[in-house]
Amino acid sequence: MVDAPTPTSPLAGQTHLPRANGPVGVTIAERVFAGMLVLRGNAIDPAFIAAAHGALGFDLPLIANTATSAGSNGALWLGPDEWLVVTAPDDAMARAVGLKVALVGLHAAVTDIGDSRTIIRLSGPKARDVLAKGCPLDLHPRTFGPGRAAQSLIARAGVIIHQLDDIPSYDIYILASFAAYLWNWLTDAGLEYGIVPGAKL
Amino acid sequence: MNDQPFRLDTAAAPGRIDRGHAMRFVFNGRGHEGLAGDTLASALIANGVHLVGRSFKYHRPRGILTSGPEEPNALVQLRAGERSEPNVRATQAELFDGLIARSQNCWPSVGFDLGAVNELASRILPAGFYYKTFMWPPSAWMFYERLIRRAAGLGRAPDDPDPDIYDKRYAHCDVLVVGAGPAGLAAALAAGRSGARVILCDEQAEMGGQLLGQRAVIADRPALDWVKAALTELAALPEVTLLPRTTCFGYYDHNALALVERVADHLAKPAAHQPRQRLWRVRAARVVLATGAIERPLVFRDNDRPGIMLAGAAATYVTRYAAAPGRRVAVFTNNDSAYRAALALFDAGVGVAAVIDLRPEPGPLAGEIRARGIELLTGHGIVATHGARRIAAIEVMQLDESGGRAIGPVRSIACDALAMSGGWNPTVHLFSQARGRLRYDAAQGVFLPDRCDQALANAGACNGAWSLGDCLAEGFAAGATAASAAGYATAAPSAPAVPPESRAPLRVLWVVPSDRPIGEGGKHFVDFQNDVTAADLGLAAREGYRSVEHLKRYTTTGMGTDQGKLSNVNALGILSEALAAEPSTIGTTTFRPPYTPISYGALAGRDVGALADPVRTTAMHTWHAEAGAAFEDVGQWKRPWYYPKLGESMHDAVNREVKAARTCIGILDASTLGKIDIRGPDAAEFLNRIYTNAWSKLEVGRSRYGFMCKDDGMVFDDGVTTRLAADHFHMTTTTGGAARVLAWLEEWSQTEWPELRVYMSSVTEQWAVAAICGPHARDLLAELATDIDLDPKTFPFMAVREGRVAGVPARIFRISFTGEISYEINVPRRWGLALWRALMQAGADKGVTPYGTEAMHVLRAEKGFVIVGQETDGTVTPIDLGMAGMVSKTKDFIGKRSLARGDSMRPDRKQLVGLLTDDPRIVLPEGGQIVAELKPEPPMAMIGHVTSSYHSPNLGRSIALALIKGGRDRMGQALHVPLADRTIRVKVVEPRFFDPEGKRQNG
Repeated sequence: MVDAPTPTSPLAGQTHLPRANGPVGVTIAERVFAGMLVLRGNAIDPAFIAAAHGALGFDLPLIANTATSAGSNGALWLGPDEWLVVTAPDDAMARAVGLKVALVGLHAAVTDIGDSRTIIRLSGPKARDVLAKGCPLDLHPRTFGPGRAAQSLIARAGVIIHQLDDIPSYDIYILASFAAYLWNWLTDAGLEYGIVPGAKL
Repeated sequence: MNDQPFRLDTAAAPGRIDRGHAMRFVFNGRGHEGLAGDTLASALIANGVHLVGRSFKYHRPRGILTSGPEEPNALVQLRAGERSEPNVRATQAELFDGLIARSQNCWPSVGFDLGAVNELASRILPAGFYYKTFMWPPSAWMFYERLIRRAAGLGRAPDDPDPDIYDKRYAHCDVLVVGAGPAGLAAALAAGRSGARVILCDEQAEMGGQLLGQRAVIADRPALDWVKAALTELAALPEVTLLPRTTCFGYYDHNALALVERVADHLAKPAAHQPRQRLWRVRAARVVLATGAIERPLVFRDNDRPGIMLAGAAATYVTRYAAAPGRRVAVFTNNDSAYRAALALFDAGVGVAAVIDLRPEPGPLAGEIRARGIELLTGHGIVATHGARRIAAIEVMQLDESGGRAIGPVRSIACDALAMSGGWNPTVHLFSQARGRLRYDAAQGVFLPDRCDQALANAGACNGAWSLGDCLAEGFAAGATAASAAGYATAAPSAPAVPPESRAPLRVLWVVPSDRPIGEGGKHFVDFQNDVTAADLGLAAREGYRSVEHLKRYTTTGMGTDQGKLSNVNALGILSEALAAEPSTIGTTTFRPPYTPISYGALAGRDVGALADPVRTTAMHTWHAEAGAAFEDVGQWKRPWYYPKLGESMHDAVNREVKAARTCIGILDASTLGKIDIRGPDAAEFLNRIYTNAWSKLEVGRSRYGFMCKDDGMVFDDGVTTRLAADHFHMTTTTGGAARVLAWLEEWSQTEWPELRVYMSSVTEQWAVAAICGPHARDLLAELATDIDLDPKTFPFMAVREGRVAGVPARIFRISFTGEISYEINVPRRWGLALWRALMQAGADKGVTPYGTEAMHVLRAEKGFVIVGQETDGTVTPIDLGMAGMVSKTKDFIGKRSLARGDSMRPDRKQLVGLLTDDPRIVLPEGGQIVAELKPEPPMAMIGHVTSSYHSPNLGRSIALALIKGGRDRMGQALHVPLADRTIRVKVVEPRFFDPEGKRQNG
């Protein structure tokens, strides 16, 4: 007899942090099992945009390096014909089916990549400073605020960075196999500012 | 006051040191006391210590020459043990309590130096002596080099790992201001007030630049009041970042600059989690360089005795640090600035022996000098110095009108220090690194910034602005212009009033004459760190060195850690005189980063230890680790290599794993394989063009193996691709090729075939893959796969099924890299560990055996399956691999035309074959060269090499694959693999050793 299977997130068990001294400047947490779909299609085809809106209930971002969201769902612009649709954990399958149905007859593609990546949420007044240690992008509020998303590097790992709010908080999308590296890197970089585990997501 | 005998009292010189905060330190094994606010150099001077090192070549005693980054002599090994650091300039090392430092260039001690024998032998150590002496025989250079390096003694790297944290960060700004002297502060104020994002960095702990060591006045108040107000205002501006203790050391393309912040270098030890240093990588819309100027030494006979220092440094030590360079200081100058130094010294209670001015006419401050009763000798030069470990006297003579000859009687003047000034060189290092052009100003004898294509401006002394008023005005203007250019329109504030300065021109004499010819009876040092003299430069010129770059390398001028900050312009002047050419026509040597030495730690940042490079792991990694697997690095992945049981060697473990896979069940973590999801109505046509074989007719639910070539027809990647729906394919690639294959597909899709409707997405990490193989693999799967019909008639080899395995959704591919009945079970990554555990649990009584990459290699080699990158090297076509059947003759594909070239069809191309050694116990070394005609010794014609070689437990002998010229026509031939100690005889066979018909995988 085989045990009932349990799913494992890329950062399961990766919560140990050295004790921070001083005030807490930044928190770090894994956003577990968010649904993620890569949506490909022609952004200048009104039928495609309409169909996507119909299936998602919100607009796809059409401006480069921005994100749109509605509740726990949202979409990040990744390229002129590519978006990352992010959903609540159990919602991905239904969204994928909904999109596929809505996009019948159009040249579009929906690929589930919800297990490819995980999300590290970095939040707190020093979150920007932690990112500046590894990310070459200019994340200053004048150039990168809430609703902005970009593909870049943190140290030696490719990431998608999505700013959520003015705290600031960031959702950092990272390939599963790189997640432990990035987690360890971020926590090490954050020690100077007082980094502690964030609330469970 | 025995402890700091040369510390001036508060009334005479208040200084910027904290007299209430004494600090103990040890220099060359001797304890001293200094004050908070001291540098190591100022603390030594306060203690009367001038002898701080020995020179590089002649081991002459040397003293503190400067008060800044240009210091060539006072190089110390700072701290002891694991934090020890070489090449630290004592002039820049902030004193901390418990500091330990040693002179680095002396043995056994600065006072008694064995290397000083070189001084006696200096006639055999002329310019270019390394080249002349150690040229023959060439093989001996390694031996010479060791001795030279030991004699040179340029510091020691610590033996133990550095315990400190080094940080790096990126920063972006509208205006970066380098240097926080008057010009830099003004620039930062002008730019900062506009709301622009400004970074102001300065290498010193305290901002203010030269003002810290002078007695200047701004707006009728001490200049430092203005500095304080400026810093207060800047600190309050939210978009201004002040970075003291931060050196901008590199200026690269597109206004990318590198800064190193010495966060905790001034502490005995960093606080918890505090970095020792932080590297800033700045991208600035505009840059204002306000880097100031560095005083130039005068080149005269024996100008290197301890106690001789630059006049500006002497004034700084007195004014800023309340440390007297001596009791009776002589001043030697060719310009006005040393007059101010003399006045500062005198007013602080330091005796001034005389001011000797090379100029026939005195400067405008002559009245003030004379008013204090200081003797002023104009048109005079120093022709000799005396004193063993410290200067004790100078000899002065009058100069003739041309300045080329010393005339009249010699006068001796006693002194215990000498302050000299040969003028000031604008610090144009960063400007030059930015590819800025310099122009030579003959009147001032300096190189000035001319033009530069980068978005930068120069302000202040680095731009040739010598008066305080000009520095402030230029700084305000440059800051306002920079901010405006960056989009923050603003006007330059009006500069505060400063007292007018009148000045007389300096007199450029590159070498001060004496009563003896240059090179006789004493040395005229130009480069103090490398012991290059005016005579050396003259010799090099006579030997034909015309180019300043050649001169530099031949004489080693400017090649020390100070990179010629003091010596380069003097050397250039001397060369130009020797060649009777204008300095402007000779130009300067190239200025390169770093401006001052940078530690490796700062460059490495936190990319060290466990974070040196990402370690990629699969969903099943924790299981492998717990099972005691040995891991192999495959790119950044950690893959299980083999799973040794207690007492097993690697050989034992691999043999066991290989046997189990063929006789029972083997299980492999194949998650790292590249996977690409390909969708669109033209997906099949796209694959037709990418792969060498045909894809249009592949049925839904079936898989096919394919090669893809680069446009040169050479194998680029291989893998199995499966048709999941008419317009949907699942491609697999090699582990290492995953990223570049996707990039390759995108490149062709986007740039060459935009008409094809196809989308690709990487799903490598979406799926965790457990590959099970062996005669009982199906039994194991049957126990877990509840809803998939595993009957080989309905689920044959090279087919795919979807369903549930162990309760989780799965895609199962019947593909095989072992030649056995094989199922590659793909599950979403989150279920990977659960699937693996379920398979191990269910297979426990069936003998399921995890195998690693080594067993995988043996298993595929037994079958003759190639690995791209092992059997191929970018020069191998599919036909060379014996796969002509997979190369379509009808359709077009990338590389097809290249495969039709004559060279691609040569019969003697290297082709894949199998090799069997005559002695079955011998395993050939991979990479071993193969010859047909054996000769007693090389050279022999090499016709190929071994690509893969293993012991095959299933065959009970060694096997090998090889690429051999015309290999397929050599079946049955005996060939040789000559090694260093023996020659191995081999026979050429078909590259399939086990189950050559390939029946087992279909079972």
